[in-house]
Amino acid sequence: MSLADLTIAEAGKQLRSGQATSVDLLEAVIERASFTEAQLHCYLTIDHEGARKAAESADRELAAGTDRGPLHGIPLALKDNFCTRGMTTTCSSQILAGYVPPYDATVVSRLRSGGAVIVGKTNLDEFAMGSSTENSAFGPTRNPWDPERVPGGSSGGSAAAVAVGSALGGFGSDTGGSIRQPASLCGVVGFKPTYGLVSRYGLVAFASSLDQIGPLARNVGDALTLFEAVAGHDPLDSTSYPGPVPEMRSDLEAGPKGIRVGVVTELSGEGYEPAVSTAMAEMLNRLAADGAELVEVSLPTFELALSCYYLIAPAEASANLARFDGVRYGLRVDGETVEEMMARTRAEGFGPEVIRRILLGTYSLSAGYYDAFYGQANRLRTKLIREIAEVHERVDVLVSPTSPTVAFELGAKTQDPLAMYLSDVCTIPADLAGTPAISVPVGLDHQGLPIGLQVMAPALGEAVMFRMARAVEERAGFTARPAMAGLPT
Amino acid sequence: MSTWEPVIGIEVHVELGTASKMFCGCPVVFGDQPNTAVCPTCLGLPGALPVTNGTAIEWLARIGLALHCRIAPFSVFHRKNYFYADVPKNYQISQFDLPVCVDGWLDVTADGEEIRVGIERAHMEEDTGKSLHQGSGGRIHAATSTLLDFNRSGVPLVEIVSRPDLRSAAQARAYAQDLRALVAELGVSDARMEEGSIRFDANVSVRPVSTKELGTKVEIKNMNSFRSLERAIGSEIDRQIGVLEDGGAVIQETRHWDEEVGATKGMRTKEGSSDYRYFTEPDLVPLEMPASTVERIRTDLPELPADRRHRFGQLGLDSHLVNVLSGSDPDLRRVFDEAVALGADPVISANWITGEVTAVFRRAEASKAEVRIRGSDLAELVMMVKQGTLSSSAAKEALSGVMAGEGSPREVAEARDLVQVSDEGLIGAAIDQVLAANAEAIERLRGGEEKVLGFLVGQVMRATGGKADPKLVNALLRQRIT
Ligand SMILES: [Zn+2]
Repeated sequence: MSLADLTIAEAGKQLRSGQATSVDLLEAVIERASFTEAQLHCYLTIDHEGARKAAESADRELAAGTDRGPLHGIPLALKDNFCTRGMTTTCSSQILAGYVPPYDATVVSRLRSGGAVIVGKTNLDEFAMGSSTENSAFGPTRNPWDPERVPGGSSGGSAAAVAVGSALGGFGSDTGGSIRQPASLCGVVGFKPTYGLVSRYGLVAFASSLDQIGPLARNVGDALTLFEAVAGHDPLDSTSYPGPVPEMRSDLEAGPKGIRVGVVTELSGEGYEPAVSTAMAEMLNRLAADGAELVEVSLPTFELALSCYYLIAPAEASANLARFDGVRYGLRVDGETVEEMMARTRAEGFGPEVIRRILLGTYSLSAGYYDAFYGQANRLRTKLIREIAEVHERVDVLVSPTSPTVAFELGAKTQDPLAMYLSDVCTIPADLAGTPAISVPVGLDHQGLPIGLQVMAPALGEAVMFRMARAVEERAGFTARPAMAGLPT
Repeated sequence: MSTWEPVIGIEVHVELGTASKMFCGCPVVFGDQPNTAVCPTCLGLPGALPVTNGTAIEWLARIGLALHCRIAPFSVFHRKNYFYADVPKNYQISQFDLPVCVDGWLDVTADGEEIRVGIERAHMEEDTGKSLHQGSGGRIHAATSTLLDFNRSGVPLVEIVSRPDLRSAAQARAYAQDLRALVAELGVSDARMEEGSIRFDANVSVRPVSTKELGTKVEIKNMNSFRSLERAIGSEIDRQIGVLEDGGAVIQETRHWDEEVGATKGMRTKEGSSDYRYFTEPDLVPLEMPASTVERIRTDLPELPADRRHRFGQLGLDSHLVNVLSGSDPDLRRVFDEAVALGADPVISANWITGEVTAVFRRAEASKAEVRIRGSDLAELVMMVKQGTLSSSAAKEALSGVMAGEGSPREVAEARDLVQVSDEGLIGAAIDQVLAANAEAIERLRGGEEKVLGFLVGQVMRATGGKADPKLVNALLRQRIT
């Protein structure tokens, strides 16, 4: 087995026992990438030189007895909407092609100081807008389980890289499901924390009130390790949670016994592939057999969450993306006047999905429409938050499929934005509510494509969420890897 | 022909002089090298986030309390969306329906009449960068290129919006001047019009006298001094009256004041530019201002200009003296207050401060010399004149000595030999001498030749080396002769 297929926990043991060095780990994932990238295109940038230096430094430090913790020397992949000092950060957009930030996002600086080795920057749907990583100005990422299919999105590059072994772990950002849905489609664990637990400073904003950074990993334990390395208050992000990060490890192995599990009625039925529904039902049976208490719960506002999301997120995006105007950085297309220059730059620099959402958002904020659209969506959001809080008086966690379908074929939904938007129907409620949610792989369908189960918890309920996720993982026994992960044979 | 009533409201932007900018740690500086006080946040770089400057919010509350506003316990920031090259995010963080300060007032005296100007709101926002248009004398239309300086971007900016309570250009000017003085007094801004750290825009409309309905308002910008503000508003009022009397209609628009031409000029208005698509700033949490904080800020307020004018009036100063003293240097006003507290006559003290002291002070300031006068010095000076120890001309000389640092008025007067002889015994002896030598003159005086008195006074003054108090000499002479 290649070092590229180790979990972070295993790799850490090998580093500390001297069986492998950080440079060995880095070489293994880069070797893996050299076989898979041509087909998968997980990365937009691989920082060979910077990663090598970081790995060598990690090895020197470890040899000298300096141990920066569980990510010391571990090669990781970062979504290309995290600002990385001296390394291009494009958000998969022509408008930022070649843009090199002068500063590190807080998450990036925490990873660096934790000794992590940043392999490179991964592909995404442009400005994180999409569910398939097809909306990238630099070409799509493909699913390692079947390269004819999408990896999900928008953090498709990180999810696919972790799945195939061109990184041991990775990070993405989740605004409407952009970590969990690709995790589900790529057969890895993806976790979106409680809003505010991870700093957004240096994450190129899509929808500020929804965006949250989180890990992608090969198992629940690794996801927790990655999360712990970056979580916690950041004075540079006013919306960052000022209290302590919840303690999550002590109950991790406590099992499902006594946990009240809410099964969300609204996230089932029509539109859900049978294999997905079956996998979930089987898992629920096993959990119940081991003492979990299953409760059917109804959250009627979930039915409206998608519409609500597609008013709020584009509205915020329309302002967040206004700064890309050709004046100070990024692409500039000249014009006769400043206004014309800005208009041309934006028309050429943004792809069609981004333009669609900017128009949608601008419209819903316009005088005369605000109350009917943006205002109404916010009232609905408040209602949803209350509904979730109320249901958590009766249940500890909520479960649902992460995605109604397994990975779909490239191009299958590109002409039908609404069908694409429906990919996120299960994941959006947790973003709107700011609550934690995780996707755990529970099996493969008849075509050999992964299926994910989502566990949601109340705000700051990470401990019970991780405990449940671990219980699911243990019962699923999901050890399958995409065939490509075996390359070269 | 009907007569018209102007209706004027003023919007004021005040740049706060906090150490750092509104939403980042960059210093607030004027006149530095362009783009040296910048960071990812105030440059609007991808991924950067704002963090609220708590001091700026407290300073805004300070302004609000001085304007008798209510301070909202809970307020929020909004994004004001518009594309402009010197607005780095293409939205400005501002406040919309929940500002920090609401419903206040400022009393202003104009043309001898006191009026109360309502304050609708005062809110917090961030300043923009500066566009430097090249090769066009600063004008955008003829510019060959434009350079951008973001040092000013993100400087805390307070907007104070008055109600349309002003009825003349003179009132508008008085309001603007008093508001500027207030802001300067609070120590929250340099409030310098020429540096742009305080900027005034006016909303002007006219309506037939004794009607209630407001006319169409025009916003006037680009007024760079109080004089130009008064002229611009006056000129705009005349223009609007002219339009209406010619049977035309005033168009709602923004007009620029052209100082050279002496008229306002319409700007090309952009369609739909007024829809700023305000929405709550999701990068910031709501502002909370507990009552205890408001009370602390209220307690820390200095004496406000209007209160001070009222106090001066109660000391017996006439309105002219009140105005001149109110406009004096704060250090000199403090000298005045100290002297009065020590028992000096307020009117005489005020005359000294606004007259001779200010004159010396200005000369000294021009030469950058140090000026030393304390309240106790002024009190002593006033007392010495009152007691006749110093003549008024000698007192001026003594003052210049005091302000040059030579000592107290008494020390200076003694050192420079300025003290008047007011000792009746000493003067009496001199009079006796003079009378003995001028028997003939006494007879002429008794015969009604009044001018001889002057001659006798002169003789006594000479006998005392010019130091006798002439009034006393006069009185004593008469006593002896009649
Ligand atoms: Zn800054």
